[in-house]
Amino acid sequence: MPDLQGYGSLLIDGLMMTLGVAIASMIGALILGLAAAAGKLFATRPLRILIDAYTTIVRGVPELVLLLLIYYGLPTLVQDTLGGMGHDVTLTINPFAAGIGTLTLIYAAFACEVYRAAYLAVPPGQREAALALGLSSLITFRKVELPQMMRYALPGLGNVWMVLVKATALISIIQLPELMRNADIAARSTQQPFTFFFMACLLYLGITLVSMWGQGRLETWASRGTTAGAL
Amino acid sequence: MLSFVVEHLPRFLQGALLTVQLAAYSCLMGLCIAVPVALARLSTNRMFRGLSTGYVFFFRGTPLLAQIFLIYYGSGQFRHALDAVGLWSLFRDPWFCALFTLTLNTGAYSSEILRGAIQAVPKGEIEAARSLGLKPLMRLRHVIMPRAIRIGWPAYTNEVVYQIQATSLVSIITIMDITGVARAIGARHFTFYEAFGLAAILYLILVYGFIFMARRVERRLNLHLQPSTGPRSAQGLIR
Repeated sequence: MPDLQGYGSLLIDGLMMTLGVAIASMIGALILGLAAAAGKLFATRPLRILIDAYTTIVRGVPELVLLLLIYYGLPTLVQDTLGGMGHDVTLTINPFAAGIGTLTLIYAAFACEVYRAAYLAVPPGQREAALALGLSSLITFRKVELPQMMRYALPGLGNVWMVLVKATALISIIQLPELMRNADIAARSTQQPFTFFFMACLLYLGITLVSMWGQGRLETWASRGTTAGAL
Repeated sequence: MLSFVVEHLPRFLQGALLTVQLAAYSCLMGLCIAVPVALARLSTNRMFRGLSTGYVFFFRGTPLLAQIFLIYYGSGQFRHALDAVGLWSLFRDPWFCALFTLTLNTGAYSSEILRGAIQAVPKGEIEAARSLGLKPLMRLRHVIMPRAIRIGWPAYTNEVVYQIQATSLVSIITIMDITGVARAIGARHFTFYEAFGLAAILYLILVYGFIFMARRVERRLNLHLQPSTGPRSAQGLIR
């Protein structure tokens, strides 16, 4: 164990912030992604084109550029637009909100694709059978389609979570005190960059390990009631 | 907006050249790493398997930003040792550190794609090659690899797309790629949304231009197969 010179608690604070941002963004991405997937599958054509454009753009632009665009670009765009109409305002977004907003926006696009593929993987006969039994459309979705869909979606969503956790490191660029930022502070003041960045890496690896274990448990839980190897 | 584009486009295009170079070099060198690492992951030798698994786990389990900082800033902690073996001038150079880190990173991801592809080669084809008397290396070169490349190509396309986007992180260690140029111009002229908006458009062109070319290569690779039996399965750009 290397000597952390009293900066260990700073790293732990950073880890907590990283986890908080990651969990908040993941919840946002799961909800927004489901809405976007529903839109892609069932909405009218103009709305579908809009959602397609959103997922296409978000998946083709680097996370860092989107983050900077939202954190620096959005306030100045609003200011310039309002300034043109004669209102003088000064606007800033705090790094926490900008980080969660950006990650939610990006990973909702990925989650959307996962949900959509999972929904299409459930045989249509399941829905028809449930409707023929007299279940309402909502109950059919909740009790018949959603549980089966989740089996197909979980590996993909787990993947989204792992990539998202690593993407939180980018928010250190806009000075949010998460793990990378705090490791950077400790590295600068102790002049031991390798020690602290390596500790940060180990903590990220720890999150990855726990996530892999959790994902395995979740997948077992989601596929309860199926015979082994059926999926 | 138009005057902004006219005024700054040349610098952005210089940045784009750096972005393309970084992505292309790191992907090519990453492939050179990926082949031996994938074979080591599949080997029966415990030491090879352990080392390659550790390498892949580390580079896939940590953020690229942390890896860049670890190598660029972290090497400073070993300055005397690096000086002694004459490597310090390399690690002092942000371009070298960026390329080095990007290569190691994509090498780890590519090796996993290649490993999956090799494992997906139908057993019967390998058995057929054995029964024809091909030696292990010949089997690998003439039977397993050509098939694995076709299987792994779509996933590898996604990896390259991710790599093009990942190069944007090198702007943090002062390299003037597309993002670096956008940050400098945005901060200097207080034109943030114009600068980052133009950067986003350039990345979109690079990414979807590459995907277009990769699809054509894919069709060429599979020319000998039957015409496809259905629409391409939906695949996201996620690994």
